[in-house]
Amino acid sequence: MGVDFIYPEFEVIRNESRCIACRVCERQCANEVHFFSPERGIMMSDETKCVDCQRCVSLCPTRALKIIRSDCALRENANWPDSTIKEIYRQASSGGVLLSSMGTPKAYPVYWDKIVINASQVTNPSIDPLREPMETRVTLGKKPDKIRRGEDGRIVYELPPQISLSMPILFSAMSYGSLSYNAHASLARAAEELGILYNTGEGGLHEDFYCYGPNTIVQVASGRFGVHMDYLKAGSAIEIKIGQGAKPGIGGHLPGTKIVGDISRTRMIPEGTDAISPAPHHDIYSIEDLRQLVFSLKEAINYSKPIIVKVAAVHNIAAIASGIARSGADIIAIDGIRGGTGAAPTRIRDNVGIPIELALAAVDQRLREEGIRNNVSLVIGGSVRSSTDVVKAIALGADACYIATSALLALGCHLCRTCHTGKCNWGIATQNPELVKRLNPDIGSKRLVNLMTAWRHEIMELMGGMGINSIEALRGNRLMLRGVGLTEKELEILGISHAGE
Amino acid sequence: MKKEGQIRIPSGCAIAAVISKDGKKMSGDLITQAMKPMHVRSNGLGGGFAGYGIYPEYKDFYALHMFFDDRSSRISCEAFLKEYFEIVHCERIPTRKMPQITDEPIVWRYFIAPLKSMLANLQLDEKELVSRIVMKINKEQNGTYVFSSGKNMGTFKAVGYPEDVGVFYKLEEYEGYSWTGHGRYPTNTPGWWGGAHPFTLLDYSVVHNGEISSYDANRRFIEMFGYKCTLQTDTEVITYIMDYLVRVQGLTLTEAANVVAAPFWSTIEGNPDYASRRQFTYLRTVFPSLLVTGPFSIVLGYTGGLMVLNDRLKLRSMVIAEKDDRVFIASEEAAIRTMEPNAGKLRAPKGGEPVIIQVKEGAY
Repeated sequence: MGVDFIYPEFEVIRNESRCIACRVCERQCANEVHFFSPERGIMMSDETKCVDCQRCVSLCPTRALKIIRSDCALRENANWPDSTIKEIYRQASSGGVLLSSMGTPKAYPVYWDKIVINASQVTNPSIDPLREPMETRVTLGKKPDKIRRGEDGRIVYELPPQISLSMPILFSAMSYGSLSYNAHASLARAAEELGILYNTGEGGLHEDFYCYGPNTIVQVASGRFGVHMDYLKAGSAIEIKIGQGAKPGIGGHLPGTKIVGDISRTRMIPEGTDAISPAPHHDIYSIEDLRQLVFSLKEAINYSKPIIVKVAAVHNIAAIASGIARSGADIIAIDGIRGGTGAAPTRIRDNVGIPIELALAAVDQRLREEGIRNNVSLVIGGSVRSSTDVVKAIALGADACYIATSALLALGCHLCRTCHTGKCNWGIATQNPELVKRLNPDIGSKRLVNLMTAWRHEIMELMGGMGINSIEALRGNRLMLRGVGLTEKELEILGISHAGE
Repeated sequence: MKKEGQIRIPSGCAIAAVISKDGKKMSGDLITQAMKPMHVRSNGLGGGFAGYGIYPEYKDFYALHMFFDDRSSRISCEAFLKEYFEIVHCERIPTRKMPQITDEPIVWRYFIAPLKSMLANLQLDEKELVSRIVMKINKEQNGTYVFSSGKNMGTFKAVGYPEDVGVFYKLEEYEGYSWTGHGRYPTNTPGWWGGAHPFTLLDYSVVHNGEISSYDANRRFIEMFGYKCTLQTDTEVITYIMDYLVRVQGLTLTEAANVVAAPFWSTIEGNPDYASRRQFTYLRTVFPSLLVTGPFSIVLGYTGGLMVLNDRLKLRSMVIAEKDDRVFIASEEAAIRTMEPNAGKLRAPKGGEPVIIQVKEGAY
């Protein structure tokens, strides 16, 4: 109280004439906002605890609830916004680093929204995907430089390991521990049904999910949690996580309170100990070290699966990607500044890295200039929000997109950005069994399948409009894109023309 | 207004071709006549022809056909050529003055042989050197454009209707065992001669009707391998793709066609033959960026043959007919009837199905 008091960010508006005091809101709120007052016979709220996750609003049977932004404001100041002042109060009180969850809410330019897509008119027929075949299948992995023929003159069908996806989308890395068991089950099942892949993240692979191996990417991060021989062999690809778009240059920290039961076993660390991923891999201090880890992993799995190297989009990303492409990696994954996270220091999340659109355009162009684009596939993430974002990413040069926040939204996430508290009322980013069971994997996986099916339809419609009937012919096809309201420099980096040109 | 090459210009077209499987020579007048009934498929902004077997006296030398804006471009280009090649013979290409064809550049041909010392020095084979020098001239030398560079073959093109272009270049004076012809219908053009078809590299020539939707995906991929798409036309990129697949990667024409107009995955999976399934899958997996989508019909000319190919949905017309040793190809049957009223075995190849017509070994 006193100097530390910060007026609640949200207000709970309860329509008294509708409220029947059924106490659903009270039971649903893990933050304990709602409570029943026996003296007054009505529901009351403690708004200081509200995170605006909308769980109570969504489940109130009489639609008596709404959450609105509080209008109690400090005196307006363009240089000192409300949020900045309050962050200073918090730090002055705690002495700690500010923590946040999910992607940055800062208003960085979203280049997807400043790019428009082409369509055929007159000179070239558009194609109706309901009547003609429309292919969205992609194959990720290094492609051979040279066709080789045997002594009989036949082509020798040798090929580095590849992964095939029914559409150019994968579920991005989210660890078991940061996500609940049911969230992981939903992702794994959906990936299997869709013919795409999900990613274990750095928390190891729960024994129940080994059966989804062909649709799994297993991740090896700096903490090496849950990494063992069977794990490496379990998936269709191995991802070395160097960095993450929401927190480039730093590691991860899953608090000991979340390291319970299965999670401790899966991560192979004692219950209650903090799971700390170091900032760098301590066996990778340079690019030649990366090559050694890539080949150690390839040796371990007998060169049977592709190796992905995931990095955050930072200033020098084109040169970094070029280095990775020459280090034995089969796939490079790049995560942009708007990418999500289960928990990250706020200042880092909001200020470090570059937007994925620029990183993608720069990397694709650089790899082509160096003639090594065929050495690797390119997967990008960091806020891919819709089918059109996917189409634009492919046309800029990506082979496929990683999605995570979009997938969580499909599972019920309302983007309240408090994953780090572990009290996710939607059963996604929590280990509280009572909360976890709110997410039914049958329904969750179905919703993910629905979302991807819808996007796939939209991608096919957009492709058909452009007169393209295979996603392969869209990849790197920048002529299909135009910028609106972009500067010369931005257009130059994106490698596209302005609308009207 | 931006010139062709600075901007991408879509166009529709008329195509015709004829080849003798016995390697018998035919006058260029035949192909000029074939373009007449397809007059409305062009709009007077580009026409051209390629003839094979037309330079028997110089058959061992690369024939460079070139446009120059002025005399000084020619002089400086000749000096450049001499650094790499011996110029065995050079001359102005004979043309007729006619009101239908105007604004002609200086049109010359050079018969050249690469200098052995230069090949050894650069560690390149002959074809690679010639193709690199052609790319270099077209990219870097303003006012100079190489529009034909094969052995014992040549391309003739101009701004105008194709039947007039044939007369302009006196095609009746040339004899070839195979000919391709093209009339262009660009949506706009500053009227540059280099933009007309056929487009060639070494002895590959392509005439093409269509507007490919995969253009920039194909272009950005192929440019990794030293090709420079200076014209921004579909035909140019298709020519480079075929050169890369056949000459550089060593694919057969059919295999190359299976990359460019790859069967749909569903078709591949339904193919009962295991070996074909494997081959199709392999080629699609290795060369996904060379799949060409959108409408096209092309005739690829090369030494000793022609290949006909449509896009896999067959979005452009293309018919084939035969008579004796001759095979006729055209966008419209009328063009075939003009060349040979009694041609038979008329058929329209399926989308993505390559038809290869090879001249008998030793007959060309």
